[in-house]
Amino acid sequence: MNGTPTLEIRGLNKSFGPVHVLRDVDFTIHAGQVTALVGDNGAGKSTLVKCIGGIYPMDSGQCIFEGRPVTVNHPKDAARLGIEIVHQDLALCDNLNIVENMFLGRERRSGIVLDELTMERRAAETLASLSVRTVISVRQQVASLSGGQRQTVAIAKAVLWNNKVVILDEPTAALGVAQTAQVLELVRRLADNGLAVILISHNMNDVFAVSDHIAALYLGRMAAQVPATEVTHAQVVELITSGHSGPLGLQSQQKAGSPEGSDDLDLVTDPGKGAQR
Amino acid sequence: MKATLQTTRPRASATGQPETLRDYLRDYVARLRGGEMGALPAVIMLVFLCTFFGIARPPFLTALNFANLFTQGAAVTVIAMGLVFVLLLGEIDLSAGFASGVCASVLAVLLVNHQWPWYAAIGAAIVTGACIGLVLGVLVAKLGIPSFVVTLAAFLAFQGIALLLIDNGTNISITDKAILLIDSSGKVVPWIGWTLCTVVITAFTALQVMRRRSRVRRGLQAVPPSVITIRVLTLAGLLGASVYALNLDRSVNPLLASQRGIPFIVVIVGVLFVFWTFVLNRTAYGRHVYAVGGNREAARRAGINVDRIRISVFVICSTMAAVGGIIAASRDNSVDPNTGGSNVLLYAVGAAVIGGTSLFGGKGRIIDAVLGGAVVAVINNGMGLMMYSPGQKFIVTGSVLLLAATIDAISRRRASAAGLR
Repeated sequence: MNGTPTLEIRGLNKSFGPVHVLRDVDFTIHAGQVTALVGDNGAGKSTLVKCIGGIYPMDSGQCIFEGRPVTVNHPKDAARLGIEIVHQDLALCDNLNIVENMFLGRERRSGIVLDELTMERRAAETLASLSVRTVISVRQQVASLSGGQRQTVAIAKAVLWNNKVVILDEPTAALGVAQTAQVLELVRRLADNGLAVILISHNMNDVFAVSDHIAALYLGRMAAQVPATEVTHAQVVELITSGHSGPLGLQSQQKAGSPEGSDDLDLVTDPGKGAQR
Repeated sequence: MKATLQTTRPRASATGQPETLRDYLRDYVARLRGGEMGALPAVIMLVFLCTFFGIARPPFLTALNFANLFTQGAAVTVIAMGLVFVLLLGEIDLSAGFASGVCASVLAVLLVNHQWPWYAAIGAAIVTGACIGLVLGVLVAKLGIPSFVVTLAAFLAFQGIALLLIDNGTNISITDKAILLIDSSGKVVPWIGWTLCTVVITAFTALQVMRRRSRVRRGLQAVPPSVITIRVLTLAGLLGASVYALNLDRSVNPLLASQRGIPFIVVIVGVLFVFWTFVLNRTAYGRHVYAVGGNREAARRAGINVDRIRISVFVICSTMAAVGGIIAASRDNSVDPNTGGSNVLLYAVGAAVIGGTSLFGGKGRIIDAVLGGAVVAVINNGMGLMMYSPGQKFIVTGSVLLLAATIDAISRRRASAAGLR
């Protein structure tokens, strides 16, 4: 961990009504590194990234972007800072081709006419910079792509706009073995190209395959954020399921300190998810 | 073995070498198999119908009848062009027919009862259309009422408005020369017709060649020259033959009055076709229409103002319906409360769908409306010549619409089976 973090969250609290979803969460990500965000269902992973992405406003806490404090209250604020979330359901239009999807909403124009050539060129360059070889032609319709290729296009779309932080929400959840490998390779390459990457995943193999750091959330608290090389598979599982593992993680008095917390945190999943709709 | 090699290796063109005709044909066949039928069904239907009617009824193939096809089909084709926009979003506008009737009534009342000049009356009719579309669009997009219900209600209400506007069912006859030129008496002088034809072919060729050049220069995949040649020759052949046929004297009694030249309406439909195709294919607005039709949520997340797009397509549809109403008024030399009524709407929806526009949204082009409109016009005209009763015409047109919708549904299923959708 050297240099200024790209993004630092300090003491983030977020409640939905009476439900305290995130408690004093600290979270740091660095450029050029993949930070895996793990935790059980309802631990608050989605809420955390949605706070970062400006979809939910924070109740309290600080957000420091490249060394200066910022407020992110709207997805547009996040977009202006260069934070992009690649959602699980991809948000691609089946009836448009790869170039059209990558530039959707931000088309290049000369006059009122679309500048297809520049867009096609830049899309091809972006895919090439990520060493994508699975896509035959950028003029292919997205409908004809496989799950892995679609994920590739969604990620490349995030890269195209010179973003600094890319948040990937379970990018490999629906993919087969070979495609998962391709996407993970791509995730690694994003970080190698200098982006700060947050990877949400349930799959420990994926997490250990590409991450530099692992941050484990447990019932709305940050149990630990540690370099991936310093923990074992079993320790991470323990952090996810019980919030601590030996000297790592939340110590028992911290957990015991808020007995009422664990009560209402059991309800986290439903109201949290309900509020998204 | 060879096939697998070809699918896995990136095509030569990706590295800047031009595609060959064979690559191009293979892509086309693959698209057909995957359910992307494009204009093919409509073209096949058109060729089949023309051959059938030509053999069964030789007068079908005369110059007079050829010109009639254009004047008869124009109103439906123009309304169908507007409907393509609405259908692209997966919505429907059932009121387009009577909206054209209301706009035609506005035109007739202002022209005849209030002695407005023709251009002001046309302007008022078109503005009426745009306002109708705005109201429909706001009801659908902002209040969230299904377009089916909104436009069904409008279908009834507009019928009433047309009746009220022209005094409960009298017939206003139109004598204004300028209006009659549109789809009745207007013809282009033969040599100007040939000049127009040459200009169109030259412009098309130049556009294709220039596009190919700039793509090749930037090292992008480009259409092979052989395909451009085929396209240009096809267009030149079709246009040349049509202009030649339309420039023949088609008067029943040539000694009394000569009748030759391209009907004005062909030029009008041509200009509308080029304009809307440009809007859909070459502007950000058109791209956003396709995006909203393909995946509304994705479009919203991309920062597209989805409500504005949804309202705008209804405005375009009703405005085009107004143009269709003006054309119908010109052709009939009159407006009555049934203008734009009975089968006009179903013919227009049928034209768009027969041409290949999907009822499920996201897929459609302006040329679909033109080709489908031609199919509808040919069926109507040919069956009329064969002395079929209106009842039989309705049944056949209904069946053709059903056939087109079936092709649409099946090609979707094929596409999803092939993993394309």
